Amino acid sequence: MENNIIEVKNLTKKFKDLTAVDNISFNVKKGEIFAFLGPNGAGKSTTIKILTTLLPPTNGEIEIDGANPVTQQDKVRHSFGIVFQDPSLDDELTAYENLEFHGVLYKVPNPIRKQRIEELLRFVELWDRRNNLVKVFSGGMKRRLEIARGLLHHPKIFFLDEPTLGLDPQTRNHIWNYISNLNKKENITVFFTTHYMEEADKVAQKVAIIDHGKIIAQGNPAELKAQTKTKTLEEAFLALTGEKIRDEDAGSQDFLRQGRRMWHR
Amino acid sequence: MNTIYILWLRQLKRYFRSRSRILGSLGQPLLYLVAMGFGFGPIFQKAGAGNYIQFLVPGIIAMSILFTALFSGVEIIWDKQFGFLKETLVAPVPRFEIMIGRTLGGATVSTLQGVIVLVVSTFIGFKISSLSMLSVVLLFMFLIAVLFAALGTVIASLLDDMQEFQLIMNFLVMPLFFLSGALFPLSGLPTALSAVASIDLLSYGVDGLRGSLLGISHFGLHIDLLVLTITTLILFTIGSYLFSKIKI
Repeated sequence: MENNIIEVKNLTKKFKDLTAVDNISFNVKKGEIFAFLGPNGAGKSTTIKILTTLLPPTNGEIEIDGANPVTQQDKVRHSFGIVFQDPSLDDELTAYENLEFHGVLYKVPNPIRKQRIEELLRFVELWDRRNNLVKVFSGGMKRRLEIARGLLHHPKIFFLDEPTLGLDPQTRNHIWNYISNLNKKENITVFFTTHYMEEADKVAQKVAIIDHGKIIAQGNPAELKAQTKTKTLEEAFLALTGEKIRDEDAGSQDFLRQGRRMWHR
Repeated sequence: MNTIYILWLRQLKRYFRSRSRILGSLGQPLLYLVAMGFGFGPIFQKAGAGNYIQFLVPGIIAMSILFTALFSGVEIIWDKQFGFLKETLVAPVPRFEIMIGRTLGGATVSTLQGVIVLVVSTFIGFKISSLSMLSVVLLFMFLIAVLFAALGTVIASLLDDMQEFQLIMNFLVMPLFFLSGALFPLSGLPTALSAVASIDLLSYGVDGLRGSLLGISHFGLHIDLLVLTITTLILFTIGSYLFSKIKI
């Protein structure tokens, strides 16, 4: 269907003896806000990495804006912007320089680049701070800057991996306002993950819930609530995934996270 | 081309912005120069080998380039999961260009570091024998810098976290430095040590610097140049291959 901007069919990803993503299929329509929910270790981040060309799939077919992330990497990479779960700005550069760098990498030609950087920095209300080093920014400011950066090359799809993690309610509210606005104004497709169910309930038009590598439910928030006879999406989520707490083994990434905290206070 | 330039520029900006890092990385070479240079100077003189400071400075320049360059490559481990590398890896540019830009940036910074050590050492009495050779001196500095920045990239591409960093310091960087002839002349060594020194790539860097700065060389400048150029190309190729295979 040409109406779908993301098509995933029978996607599987195996790491040695672990099946992180187990034969999942879903579609995202052009202009839709799509929430990809699941407990820790369910396979969310792995799926995002595959969709964004960072990991090759073991099996399955994927189309991102009509291109294959394995064989047409550059085409796919041009089509999306991304805000990663962990901060990915250069702390030693200024806000402006971070965007400039992104613009050069994505080959946005110069007069347009300058104009867009200004537009976006104003959009996320950081224009006045453009010449400050990113290391003096708060968590919320960094996230806003990452959102501006992800939009600089005018992507058709915007991936956000837990964009509001660790932010206060004011900033979270602000960020979702930007994203909803953008979705309405530019008809950009938004694909996000979050652990805050009320966020998904509020902004997502479609939700997919993944657990143990399998998609266990899909639909709009109202359908999921009706299906589980619950009042909120959080209750629906718990009804579908169970109340057991998931323990993830600490990988090298968690060690690095600790190290980073120590280094950066 | 723009990709390479912007990555190179980033390394330079980061360097010039961390003045504490510039000063900090001058501490160690200065300590070596003062403590060893003046400490062993009299013995060296008595043994009839001449002025030890003169002898030592090229070795210490090579050392500070080695440390700075290798670390600039190894920084990729840090960047791998956090920070910038992720941003560059999803960008629609060939990874090869990212690797070149980073490596050349790290190498430029390390060369500057070497130049600073050279300038500082003239204040404690170091004399350059012929100023006309300065371009050759710079060439050797840059070759050492690219070589070890590329080696750093190779290591960083193979390792997953900073836990192993101490291992690299103790089993790679320190031996490279101590066995290179940075501190002692390579002639008249026991055979085993001499053999080790001749497979230590830094030996050729130190020798090249000594040759171009003082006009004394153990292997000969042409051999130094040849060995450094070939190994740099090899490590660069391996580095860019491994870098293209990095998974995050």
